[in-house]
Amino acid sequence: MGLTLAQKILLAHTNVGTVAPGDIVMVRCDVVMTNDISGPMAFRAMEKMGATKVFDPTKVVVVPDHFVPAKDTRSAELQKLLREWSERQGVTYYEQGRGGIEHTVLVEEGWVVPGSVIAGGDSHTCTYGALGAFGTGLGSTDVAACLAGGFFWQAVPGTILVEFTGDKQPFVTGKDLILAVIAEIGVAGGTNMALEFVGEGARALSIDERLAVANMAVEAGSETGLFPADETVAAYLEGRTERAWTAERSDPDAAFSGHVRIDLSSLAPLVALPHSPGNIVPLDQAVGRKVDQVYIGNCSNGTITDLRQAAEMLRGRRVHAGTRAIIVPASQRVYRQALAEGLLDVFVEAGALVSAPTCGACFGGSNGVLADGENAVTTTNRNFRGRMGSAEAGVYLANAWVAAAAAVAGELVDPAQLGAHT
Amino acid sequence: MNLEGRAVIVHGDDIDTDVLYPGQFLNVTDIAQMAQHLFEGLDPSLRDQLGGDTALVVGSNFGAGSSREHVPQAMAASGVRFVVGKSFARIFYRNCINLGLPVVIAPEAVPAAQSGSRLLLDLDAGTIEVDGAPIAIMPVPQFMREIFDAGGLVPWMRTQRGGAH
Repeated sequence: MGLTLAQKILLAHTNVGTVAPGDIVMVRCDVVMTNDISGPMAFRAMEKMGATKVFDPTKVVVVPDHFVPAKDTRSAELQKLLREWSERQGVTYYEQGRGGIEHTVLVEEGWVVPGSVIAGGDSHTCTYGALGAFGTGLGSTDVAACLAGGFFWQAVPGTILVEFTGDKQPFVTGKDLILAVIAEIGVAGGTNMALEFVGEGARALSIDERLAVANMAVEAGSETGLFPADETVAAYLEGRTERAWTAERSDPDAAFSGHVRIDLSSLAPLVALPHSPGNIVPLDQAVGRKVDQVYIGNCSNGTITDLRQAAEMLRGRRVHAGTRAIIVPASQRVYRQALAEGLLDVFVEAGALVSAPTCGACFGGSNGVLADGENAVTTTNRNFRGRMGSAEAGVYLANAWVAAAAAVAGELVDPAQLGAHT
Repeated sequence: MNLEGRAVIVHGDDIDTDVLYPGQFLNVTDIAQMAQHLFEGLDPSLRDQLGGDTALVVGSNFGAGSSREHVPQAMAASGVRFVVGKSFARIFYRNCINLGLPVVIAPEAVPAAQSGSRLLLDLDAGTIEVDGAPIAIMPVPQFMREIFDAGGLVPWMRTQRGGAH
């Protein structure tokens, strides 16, 4: 019996001869990543494990991104600890102003290559599956073991094969594709599974759109979500990394644990209603809902592609008087690109607020949290109760076209119909 | 390994780690302080039910979402001895094991337990008794037993340092 892509990558990072779903194996990490939330607890646990130095400083990356810029002294202390620890350990550290949101930074800076294993102290580490890497999110004690020994324990997952067929319709993005998958399998449908995204519709996606899809694999409960590497990935990595990589794919006789097929030609923009990423309806069933805040950013949809879509909606228009819009480029690179393309001027001209790269309000940290009774349309990945501040606020997850159109209209609208609102 | 506990029930499925421990408290690193924010977004009064002998009884896909280890840290610090549920989200499940907090899947035990029920977890026998009635748990892999027996991944790593990995 052949192996799936996820199983092949794991097998290549173990000392065992074969793997089957459910086997618990020790997996070697090519990269270990942590941040200002998981890091401090991981460093403490690493010391308790008896390790004073990381297993390999060239494989460890630290990115402060959650409470940045420091929102209070307690956050500032954690970031100071992160900075000093990184310097002492001799690991790579992306200072504020030179980095951004961890997952965007690691991809942009060439840490992520196909076939690699990346352990990260953040649940959205699955984002790296966009480039065919087994990225997986871990808690602080797991991260400590990775820092100390360069490995983590892992139950070998099965794989659900997700096939995207047909061509995307206007105003449909990677966000809608992954919401469609979650609508199909549910928020726990990917438990003990990797997702693998294939088909002409998958191959047609840009890297930015693949990042959006892979990012929310965890919202289906999955270990990771993988795109087999192809020429799009090769072109993206050209000149970006010196890491060696090979494009693996699932064996023709691999056993899959499930199959999902999504026909993109009939897929309209989707919205996840409060308070679950699995509470998904077509946009037309949500239009008319009043919107207090629009938030375009985060590790799933804060890319230059998202900002271009938002700018197209906002160019020459104004953010609705009853609404505020916060635009958060996911990294300094995205920020600078948006600056060069004049997008930031479009946003400011429209009356939107442009923020520094940060995880910010996405997880209720700072930088735009919500009050009781407020509704927000966001391009983020979670809309759990209280996720962005008040437990009495509602968060609607949508793509950047839809979010920006809502900013103009002051309510959820079909971006194709926005002309009627200006 | 035998563990006895008094049931505290957390109702509902797909309970995410954001409601279990809201993001605004993620810059807390003191575990005793973490315990003061447990269940903050769900039902803070659950905190008052926790004691040194708590067996937390939960539904399906418990602990979905964020990898924040603050949740099981706060549970252990609040006197949760073990967690029994219908099913668990991956990272929360890992985090419990890594902290040496036994976490078992026993779908039939969950509806059988009432608030205050006496639960007896026998990992060797693979059962959990709910008020005297034994119910099978999903088998716990040997590796996880090893970590539970060591008291968590930290002490387990100390035994492995310089070892085969």
